[in-house]
Amino acid sequence: MKYLDEFSDPVLAKRLFDDIRAVTTRPWSIMEVCGGQTHSIIRHGIDQLLPEEIELIHGPGCPVCVTPLEIIDKALEIASRPDVIFCSFGDMLRVPGSGRDLFKVKSEGADVRVVYSPLDALKIAQENPDRQVVFFGIGFETTAPPNAMTVYQAKKLGIANFSLLVSHVKVPPAIDAIMNSPDCRVQAFLAAGHVCTVMGMGEYPELAERHRVPIVVTGFEPLDILEGIRRAVRQLEAGQHTVENAYPRAVQAEGSPAARAMLSDVFEVTDRAWRGIGMIPQSGWRLSPKYREYDAEYRFSVTGIQTEESTVCRSGEVLQGLIKPHECAAFGKECTPRNPLGATMVSSEGACAAYYLYRRLETPDKEASSVG
Amino acid sequence: MCLAVPGRVLEIEERDATRMAKVDFGGVVKDVCLEYVPDMKVGDYAIVHVGFALQRLDEESAKQTLELFENLGVLEEEFGDAWGKAARDAGAERPAGTGLPPLEGAEKEARS
Ligand code: SF4
Repeated sequence: MKYLDEFSDPVLAKRLFDDIRAVTTRPWSIMEVCGGQTHSIIRHGIDQLLPEEIELIHGPGCPVCVTPLEIIDKALEIASRPDVIFCSFGDMLRVPGSGRDLFKVKSEGADVRVVYSPLDALKIAQENPDRQVVFFGIGFETTAPPNAMTVYQAKKLGIANFSLLVSHVKVPPAIDAIMNSPDCRVQAFLAAGHVCTVMGMGEYPELAERHRVPIVVTGFEPLDILEGIRRAVRQLEAGQHTVENAYPRAVQAEGSPAARAMLSDVFEVTDRAWRGIGMIPQSGWRLSPKYREYDAEYRFSVTGIQTEESTVCRSGEVLQGLIKPHECAAFGKECTPRNPLGATMVSSEGACAAYYLYRRLETPDKEASSVG
Repeated sequence: MCLAVPGRVLEIEERDATRMAKVDFGGVVKDVCLEYVPDMKVGDYAIVHVGFALQRLDEESAKQTLELFENLGVLEEEFGDAWGKAARDAGAERPAGTGLPPLEGAEKEARS
């Protein structure tokens, strides 16, 4: 088996592959929700080592990729104001808005800063009382609690020149939306481990039951992913659809009660548009009325944004697992990491970037022989 | 950005009435907020995401995960030079004001 020696424990990896092979009798499609899992899968060639009946479909779990264009454009506009210090995680720098990105805005002289943590942005606000400091609050359930805590701290410490541009999204409503799509081919889910570290598993039994779909909470390491796939296939073959935890060292059933309490204090659930996918009801968070003064959208009334999405990019279909990145005509031609048309090519967790980086340039049936 | 990286707590202090720690991620040390895992002690490992400990982790799996993330380039991405990477990816000049702080360069020179 090619690649096998790259696993941290090749013997255990082989045993897991063998076990998956032994139980698989029919074709199955399994979606890994999280972009981090997608990268691990492609890098380690897990998709190519699996029995050919098993297809892994890459899901929408990259917060950088799904942040709506309108929010990116708002970020660019706020960042361009002379009184603003705009703080962001590094992976947002090159996500294309309508015609420009944060990197370009910085090159034109705006004060854009990369921070490791939202608390760093709060510190910058304390040190620059005469400037407005805005933090770009994107991310799934894993990132939302840190951002919530930062707003809570800002209020507690009376730091008035800090605000959050919020675009948080939630995973379970996205799973629901994918299952509701008439084109859906997904038969089981590997749920994103670190999301469940915060939220626990409470939201999944109802989804698994209603859509009759197995959901296995899975980590990011190759062996974790294999174990997740093994459990998903076993359920599929047995006609079951329950929620299983294949990442118990990081996920407890109730998640993190302290983080969840902070989330429900600072945020409220709202409908959210996902880039490339569209509106998903109740799939995001915004600041609750108690913290509205820290909402950058209120503070800087950014209105009249005219978004302009690439007409070529098919990242919406990529994010829903409807096509693989190399099935997009622009892949590797007009669209490369140097000149990305969509966020899925920019983000290190994006499926297009994973395929480009690990040279999955061919059609699926030719892949196995051409990738070395 | 979505992955949480394991690290080891080196020291703990109260700052602005908040429980904060210095955490070591395989050589890179960062400030981390412990409010979501309040019973962490010095020497414990935790999964840390954007400066917040989210869950305690046993030492062995922490070390394994760190090694994997190092290989996947996740550590570079979390803690590395984001402007430099963006400039390389864009095939463009690094924007003004995004150079590494001079102190670090000086330190490096002094060491070599
Ligand atoms: S290859 Fe580029 S253009 Fe095609 S879907 Fe991916 S990001 Fe969009």
